[in-house]
Amino acid sequence: MIKKTYDAIIIGGGAAGLSAAWNVAKAGFSTAIIERENCLGGILNQCIHTGFGLHRFGKELSGPEYAEMDIDLVAANKVDSFINTTVFEIRSNGILKSVFASSAEGVTEFETRAVILSMGCRERNRGNLGIPGTRPSGIMTAGLAQRLLNIEGYLPGRKAVIIGSGDIGLIMARRLTWSGAIVMGVIEILPYPSGLARNIAQCLDDFEIPLYLGHTVSAINGKERVESVDVSPFKDGVPSLSGTFKIDCDTVLISAGLIPENELSVKAGVKLSNATGGPYVDSSMMTNVPGIFACGNVLHVHDLVDYVSEESENCGSAVVSYLSSDECSCTQGNISAGSNIKYIVPSKYRTGIPQKFYMRSLMPFENAMLTVKCADKILFERKLKYVRPPEMQSFTLTPEMTDGLNENSPEINVSLTEV
Amino acid sequence: MNSMDYDVVVVGSGVVGASIARLLSSYELKAAVIEKFPDACFGVSKANSGIIHGAFHHATTTLKARLELKGNMMYDQLHKELGFPFKRTGIIVAAFSSEEMKTVRLLYKQGVANGAPGIEICGSERLLNLEPGLNPDIAGGLYAPFAGVVEPYRFVFSLMESAQLNGLDFIRDFEVVRSSYDGKLHQVFSSDGRAVAASFVINAAGLYADKISEIFNGEKFKIHPRKGEEFLLDRNSPARPNNVIFPVPAKESKGMLVIPTVEGTTMIGPTSEKIDDKEDSSTTYSNMERIFLQASRMVSGISRRDVITSFSGLRPVLENEDFLIEKSQMAPAFIQVAGIQSPGLTAAPAIAEYVLEILSKDCGLKLEKKKSFIPEISRTEKIYGISPEKLDELIEKNPAYGNIVCRCEQISEAEIVDAIRKGHTTIDGIKFYTRSGMGRCQGGFCTYKILKIISRETGIPIDHITRRGNGSFITGERISGELK
Repeated sequence: MIKKTYDAIIIGGGAAGLSAAWNVAKAGFSTAIIERENCLGGILNQCIHTGFGLHRFGKELSGPEYAEMDIDLVAANKVDSFINTTVFEIRSNGILKSVFASSAEGVTEFETRAVILSMGCRERNRGNLGIPGTRPSGIMTAGLAQRLLNIEGYLPGRKAVIIGSGDIGLIMARRLTWSGAIVMGVIEILPYPSGLARNIAQCLDDFEIPLYLGHTVSAINGKERVESVDVSPFKDGVPSLSGTFKIDCDTVLISAGLIPENELSVKAGVKLSNATGGPYVDSSMMTNVPGIFACGNVLHVHDLVDYVSEESENCGSAVVSYLSSDECSCTQGNISAGSNIKYIVPSKYRTGIPQKFYMRSLMPFENAMLTVKCADKILFERKLKYVRPPEMQSFTLTPEMTDGLNENSPEINVSLTEV
Repeated sequence: MNSMDYDVVVVGSGVVGASIARLLSSYELKAAVIEKFPDACFGVSKANSGIIHGAFHHATTTLKARLELKGNMMYDQLHKELGFPFKRTGIIVAAFSSEEMKTVRLLYKQGVANGAPGIEICGSERLLNLEPGLNPDIAGGLYAPFAGVVEPYRFVFSLMESAQLNGLDFIRDFEVVRSSYDGKLHQVFSSDGRAVAASFVINAAGLYADKISEIFNGEKFKIHPRKGEEFLLDRNSPARPNNVIFPVPAKESKGMLVIPTVEGTTMIGPTSEKIDDKEDSSTTYSNMERIFLQASRMVSGISRRDVITSFSGLRPVLENEDFLIEKSQMAPAFIQVAGIQSPGLTAAPAIAEYVLEILSKDCGLKLEKKKSFIPEISRTEKIYGISPEKLDELIEKNPAYGNIVCRCEQISEAEIVDAIRKGHTTIDGIKFYTRSGMGRCQGGFCTYKILKIISRETGIPIDHITRRGNGSFITGERISGELK
């Protein structure tokens, strides 16, 4: 068994891992990324469409171009990377961690003081959604279809129906159309789309692909390969079978949400939140296991990669403080999701520093008021327009806002209300 | 006798056909199994609950009951020789009323009459000790400690591997469409024009045993498919009992169960529904509701959030509900093994012995033990759950162990390649042989990797690879070339 020692080990070389890695390395700490695929960049590599980097770089990049910006920084800051290498266990020995990974060369034990979890997420599949019907070939997640088409060079099918209006599905609707396949429709169970508004316009409307809101696929039909789907209106939490109609297709793509991939984290003793599927982290992006941090989609599902990078850069900086042992010793307080908010990340705040929080609403609002309160004291309020669950919201808690809270850092509550 | 002439040909490579095949391969005989699918175990045996039953569900007068207990008892030896995943977990029948306790007492008496060892009636306190996850409202129940669970496809594959190792021919993609008999030999023809000849034919065709019987001019009976839908929960689900939990049985089926599969997941189901279409493997919304309701009544912690997949299987049922295993009165040199529904998996090893007895006693086939018979098969190391030190050793011997292809179930490239070299070249064949794609992502991440490995190992172009033969292609055509 090979043994290596680093100050920080980053698990996963996608958008999150890359940003976190160079931010740790630029402070002079020895850092390594462990990546199971054969190159760095993660899912960005198969996202050959543009639209990445508008917030972070002020320009529109393709996925691989966006990844390249960080890959260059990773190289410039002398981060080691191990590709074709899969982490299968994390052990804690007090302050030290051992990360075990396998590759064709053998098992390597990476000894380190800080571990950053940045493994990303997986797609919800047919089983998770409980879609009834037969079990033919031709049913796949939108991400697998994207991989087959954009990297391997195979058309997933000729006539597709897409279940769920998540962004990957919308992007794939356009991509399939461009490749000569016909997209018969996108079926969304919710009364509003799950993907970004710009993707609805550019990927569906521009190609006259029908979007069936408030509908569900009540059966997939076909013996060898998919032959059709039954589509039913979704009313009062059940498919209304009387309104069912059939759409012929040979392929069903599923784009109905993502699940943070935390099996490795759980095995390492990390506690997960039911609301996000990711770890609870404090204001240093640290999980309940000291020395294990998390950022990116493994923490909570983001809608824009720009936010993943921003959060991960912050995580990298927090790891630098941890490794430098110059962490602020002030207590951390809880910050919790109040009315109409699904979750808020991180779940702790600290006074005296500016800190960014990410959250999602539970329902759409035309005009909403975001209120951050401590007991009855309003710390800050902001009007928001067009708040929808698929679009992540964020705000920064500044030292001025928390100035005057007592030293015990009482709980802060965040809520959204209709105005 | 020319090279394609066999003493015995078995139609079908489900658990029954495979059990018979392996036993045949231990005798000095020339035998073959013909299978319409590209791989073994693609029919009834693929989709079932994987239970080794406790010999208390069926009346002592039935053939089922006799073969069930005998088959159960044969599993330890088979497990030792073939190494398929198998565990004697025990079965609990959970009763929630004094009315249900009456049925439990009947089951107990039936079990004792059948000779089921160790079977007992338990009060609620003992049951909750045995199984802390049970609903505390339980009144009592039955406990059958020697029952268990098996991975049915691994079992069937290992039987076929063993049979082939001992000289049996496995002929895939051979769908029987016609036969003739010249007084000595059956000529059996496939849909693609191939033929095999056999002195004796054994009908182990599962759902299509009626059709095969007809092709050979045998008895006219009808196999009625009875569908069972099941749900598989993530291995991290909190609802994972130690024992298989049964409700008190209904008239036609054993009811919907909570099963701690031998692979570490939890399965709930099956339903029991008479249907007409033998190809109907569909699941429905309303049955999903029923299964969750009934399973949650018995065991706590069952959540839809943990569902990773669902499927349905079809039981091949005869009118009188019993097994039909006998020398045909109508077709010459032809043995019927039909209606093998639950507890068919449990009974299969005993069914094989029963069939060989018919071959020898009723058909006059001379059976001579093969001296060179090798009971064991080679075992491929699996990396799931092994220590870093052990994995390192494996990688040193074969670097392909270091490449983890299926991340959810921890399956290495070495295991995938081993499956392909053993003849499993479809996505489902590899899935059932290795478990790749059976975990929580259901193949979302590993499918393209497995496609590439199959293509590399066999030369089959990626767009020709199927899920389970015929037209079940995974992808459409290649639309862009290799980058130069």
